Amino acid sequence: MRATALTAMQQGWQRCESCGLLSRPAPDEAESGCPRCGGELVFRKKQSLERTLAYLIAAAVCYLPANLLPVITSTTFAGSESDTIMQGVVLLWSPTGWPLSLIVLVASIMIPSAKIVTMLYLVYTVRRGSLKTPGQRVRFYRLVEFIGRWSMVDVFVDTFTVALIQLQPLMSVQPAPGLFFFAAVVVLTMLAVESFDPRLIWDPASSKEASYV
Amino acid sequence: MNESVPIRAGSNPANQAPVAAALAACPSCDLLQRLPAIAPGESACCPRCGTVLWRRREDSLNRTLALAVAAAILCLIANAVPMLGLTVVGRESFTTVTGGAEKLWENGQHAVALLVFFAAVLAPAVQIGLLLLVLVGARRKFPPRWVGTLLRHFPFARIWSMIEVMLLGVLVALTKIADYATVIPGQALFALFALVFVLAAIQSSFDPREVWIRIQWMRPDARPAATGTMRGEVSA
Repeated sequence: MRATALTAMQQGWQRCESCGLLSRPAPDEAESGCPRCGGELVFRKKQSLERTLAYLIAAAVCYLPANLLPVITSTTFAGSESDTIMQGVVLLWSPTGWPLSLIVLVASIMIPSAKIVTMLYLVYTVRRGSLKTPGQRVRFYRLVEFIGRWSMVDVFVDTFTVALIQLQPLMSVQPAPGLFFFAAVVVLTMLAVESFDPRLIWDPASSKEASYV
Repeated sequence: MNESVPIRAGSNPANQAPVAAALAACPSCDLLQRLPAIAPGESACCPRCGTVLWRRREDSLNRTLALAVAAAILCLIANAVPMLGLTVVGRESFTTVTGGAEKLWENGQHAVALLVFFAAVLAPAVQIGLLLLVLVGARRKFPPRWVGTLLRHFPFARIWSMIEVMLLGVLVALTKIADYATVIPGQALFALFALVFVLAAIQSSFDPREVWIRIQWMRPDARPAATGTMRGEVSA
């Protein structure tokens, strides 16, 4: 017999998402709250993969208009000009401004797409019951969770550009439709990360280990 | 970094004295384990996946309360005074944090305006407010239940509070605008800059476990000291 690590679920313990208390559901209770903090108790987040996938599909749908439609429109004497996110990055590129341009490029274009691809990969491997590299996949998840919020940076850039440049009739800046889709991508990917349960990544490996006992 | 001790098959945790056990499950991989006794300043991590389960901090609640008071003051200043201004050919324009969201609203971008207001004003204020109430409530000998109810919603406010992201956004916007006009940094900008550091300090000094282990239970009968319970205390 091999000594084997066990998960809380295999032992019938539910971990409270809010306070971390382990408790065992009473046999006659279908749904119950945490006895300490009253939070909802489940073994795994409900319909985690389905909800994550739904948010990811919605985010992917918004991703195209977010990048193709202009996010701001500047109006001057000479007429008006609209810029997409990528054009904003190019405009910001200068001998002194390139580090900020790079930040916007990474935060607005690379992070959202990397997030969608990574989360799709995680959902796919969990669906397949993959046993490979669970540790690495959980680290990917934590990384996506940590850096995802920085995608919001471009929303704030455009917000404060609009708020400041209101010098009619000299020059003014208005938000354009792409901004809505871009904000939607950021929010939807954050919700996708929130609905995903990383413990699902380890479950196949845990039950395989337990079957050796 | 200390590793927790995993619970091996053959030792049934349900049969052990639950109060002494300090059992915990890893939020990332659900491994059942016993938290080691660690000193303030040390952390305990999951032996299987490395996720940090517990950071114990020196005098956590008092220090966090001091930081939370500072954060509340900075948050008030940041939202009360102008953040940015610019002058171009003799004309001036100023904006506050909320002013950014207002301008978007006036231009028809209602959803984005609400998101900006939520992430830059409401969520940080709620985050700091919740923390203050929790920490004041936790100073009582037996922290009442509402402390737990508030603490339960703290992570949500923290995720959506994006002061640091906003500050980076403001910096980028400034660089863009500096080509056309003279930019005047307002007092709120400095308050926000300080607030980012105070919030980071709160993040590293606050140990919610200190509150949870002292709090009154929603269902006191489920506490393991009582007899005939279906549930067991395993996180003391």
